[in-house]
Amino acid sequence: MRSPDLGFRLGIGVFAAALVAIVAGIGATLANDSWLSLQRFGLNFWRTSNWDPVAGEFGALPFIWGTLYSSVLALLIATPVALGIAVFISELCPHWLRAPLIFLTELLAAIPSIVYGLWGIFVLVPVVRAVELTMPESLRTLPLFSGPPFGVGMLAAALILAIMVVPFTSAVAREVLKTVPMTQREAAYALGATRFEAIRAAMFSARTGIIGAVMLGFGRALGETMAVTMVIGNNPQVALSLFAPQYTMAAVIANEFTEAANALYMSALIEIGLVLFVITLLVNLMSRGLIWSMARQVPARAAA
Amino acid sequence: MLSACGGATQPVTANNGGAAGNGQALQINGAGATFPNPIYSKWFAEYNKLHPEIRINYQSIGSGGGIQQLTNRTVFFGATDGPMNDEQLKAAPGPILHFPTVLGAVVPVYNIPGVTDELKFTGPVLADIYLGKIKKWNDPVLAKLNPGAKLPATDVTVVHRSDGSGTTYIFVDFLSKVSPDFKSQVGVNTSVKWPAGVGGKGNEGVAGLVTQTPGSIGYVELIYALQNKIAFGSVQNTAGEFVKASDDAVTKAADAAAATIPPDFRVSITNAPGAGAYPISSFTWILLYENPTDKASGKAIVDFMQWALTDGQKYCADLGYAPLPANVVMLEQAALGKIKVS
Amino acid sequence: MKARRTPPARKVLSALFVAACGLAVIAALIPLAFVLFFVISQGVQSLNLDFFLNNPRPVGEVGGGMANAIVGTLILTGLAAALAVPIGILSGVYLSEYRGSRFASTVRFAADTLNGVPSIVIGVFAYAVVVLPLGHFSTLAGGFALGIMMIPIIARTTEELLLLVPNALREGALALGATRARAVFSVIVPAALPGIITGVVLALARIAGETAPLLFTSFNNGFFSTSLTQPISSITVQVFTYAISPYEDWHRQAWAGALVLVTIVLLCSMAARIAAARVARIRGQ
Repeated sequence: MRSPDLGFRLGIGVFAAALVAIVAGIGATLANDSWLSLQRFGLNFWRTSNWDPVAGEFGALPFIWGTLYSSVLALLIATPVALGIAVFISELCPHWLRAPLIFLTELLAAIPSIVYGLWGIFVLVPVVRAVELTMPESLRTLPLFSGPPFGVGMLAAALILAIMVVPFTSAVAREVLKTVPMTQREAAYALGATRFEAIRAAMFSARTGIIGAVMLGFGRALGETMAVTMVIGNNPQVALSLFAPQYTMAAVIANEFTEAANALYMSALIEIGLVLFVITLLVNLMSRGLIWSMARQVPARAAA
Repeated sequence: MLSACGGATQPVTANNGGAAGNGQALQINGAGATFPNPIYSKWFAEYNKLHPEIRINYQSIGSGGGIQQLTNRTVFFGATDGPMNDEQLKAAPGPILHFPTVLGAVVPVYNIPGVTDELKFTGPVLADIYLGKIKKWNDPVLAKLNPGAKLPATDVTVVHRSDGSGTTYIFVDFLSKVSPDFKSQVGVNTSVKWPAGVGGKGNEGVAGLVTQTPGSIGYVELIYALQNKIAFGSVQNTAGEFVKASDDAVTKAADAAAATIPPDFRVSITNAPGAGAYPISSFTWILLYENPTDKASGKAIVDFMQWALTDGQKYCADLGYAPLPANVVMLEQAALGKIKVS
Repeated sequence: MKARRTPPARKVLSALFVAACGLAVIAALIPLAFVLFFVISQGVQSLNLDFFLNNPRPVGEVGGGMANAIVGTLILTGLAAALAVPIGILSGVYLSEYRGSRFASTVRFAADTLNGVPSIVIGVFAYAVVVLPLGHFSTLAGGFALGIMMIPIIARTTEELLLLVPNALREGALALGATRARAVFSVIVPAALPGIITGVVLALARIAGETAPLLFTSFNNGFFSTSLTQPISSITVQVFTYAISPYEDWHRQAWAGALVLVTIVLLCSMAARIAAARVARIRGQ
């Protein structure tokens, strides 16, 4: 290689290396600063649910529960909607409608989290409270709907998360559906399929990518902080009820970080951050893997 | 605070507040209790008008946050309504001094649809509500205390603090004194394990939640109830009277303790003896390092404190706080001399 | 063979499916409409000269504005861009020029990882790396946190855009004897520049709306400040503080702040879209 080219590669490489260094730095800092807590509590940290930092008790189970519960609920609500939008935009909608709809779904993604949170407190929570209040007594006895009508709670958080996740899943699903060759659908129609059946076939062949899109949404929901902390009630308890105020990993860090009054407390919160980092990392990796593997399969199939 | 277009501002020198000499702008950062935030923010604004080159930036993040940031030295001064305990003091990198600034009251606020009267509470009743033992507003115990009020059968929604709070400290300090059950189950600290309820961030958060949640009860500093026009009840004191919080009632609560206040000024005045005393009263403190790293800021803060302890006290009445007893002020002015500013 | 007509059951199912997809679109657009409606209607009432020119008044007093917060957000995003644009673009160049190499795969993996890191975790990192050593909250720390979040977005966008540049351009430049550096910086990057700038603008719009990473880095400041080593206010943190407070006046201002944020985001998106369309028109047909 000519030396100016080598110089170029090294010069640019430094900046690229900075990127890698930052990521490595995040992982290392989180691991290092949570060492105290990891050593002291081990796995019990995640098995006990008594979070009482001032008394020295750090049971983080409510946070992982709240994070997973809210994200899974959000997924259940958001996935059908997101896939429906993706299908509509890529397969069903008239040509002139396509661009405006894409713009609108991207707008959903662009609205800052704090704005969703603000809207959540003043608009969504009163609505949820009204729903809780008008729920018939017979349903209120079920563990899923029990508890006083706070308004803030798991349901409000799941709804807001769902709204925020929809555009992400939908955009990726749309891209994924685009990679399924038109010939496949044409073949389906030629065989007499209805629209539904042709699309269903397309979705089936794009299934890996679609699962990847759903997981991407899941990863997004796991890490969301502001909108959730403003409507979830901030109570560290493991509760099944949709109406119960609960807590997520991101929310507890946001609320309690500035007042972690001793090294152990700070370390415990950073350990929560470490686990959040690892979980989102794994989910995103899986999602990308699925989407990428689909992108690789398609040319092979088109050739077949 | 600057209330006109930016033209009147003096540019801040680009360093961490270590400017020397007059005329050069100095920014001092502090954080802590939300309890005194209304009066502190008034003070810092007024002081800035008197001394435009001194800007004291205070963030109300809760007493727990104030103590922590001060210990980490990420802020210059802290503020708390729950005095630092010996363990926390030992963990700090240098000796920290407490300076009471004002007296305040923690009041039980509530939002009960259809009830406009002022409710009466006793200490044990409040404890039971917060323990989750009293679940509905028309519970016979509450009805007996308030025969005239039409208490509905609504669930009681308990609101407490989600962050480390001196206001919590004052409240649970009182509840632990009047209810042995509460003391054993929950105890006294800036952050406790609440048996029930929803958490709000800061006095602001609790007040916000109560205003928006019908059937709720919470505890906030008096001014938050007054400024937001939230109904609050009277509480029974040791003399058996039902007292509604006011500067007068709070001052009476401080009278007994003022005479025998310890030299480090850490004292609790909840459930104070005496007629007319409001039982959930407290001092609130500003925390300063005895040996500040930044001498210029140290001098500026000491000057500010002298102003706050004298001229500043006249802002108390409007904002629902009570001024400090005279002998406490004198003791503090002497104690300020301990801070090494040169 | 005689053609059979599709049985009605399958037709109905298909129609239901199509309807369901349409409903899904509506289901997503309703919250969007709701959010925008409230932000605009509530925010517009409070957007006055006061709001843009004044700083916050003491707690509980009516009036005042978010001048310091608006300036704060501008400074923070500027700092973030100063950090992220060089690292992001040059990383993107590396990724596109040396696609197959193992290091490029590592860089790509790192960029994708960084993209997925929750913003609160980034705030924790910035606290440990900037706030603690410096000894206090600062604008620098906030800018650092936001900058880290921007890097992967810019890097990936740059990479994709550079790959779109026709190979003929690169081959032509190299054939004329240009060094790699020359080819890239004088020919390829300028060709992709409009797109890269669009990417940067979109990334800026995204991080201007971030709150979590600023909570314990740039913290907050009641005063008007432009100092890099002091805490600074920002629209997002201010909206958060006001939203969870009990003061009506603060709620009003929170909506106004939200409206400003949404407007910034909208303007940037539209500007980016128009620029991209214009470039496509000049290039494509």
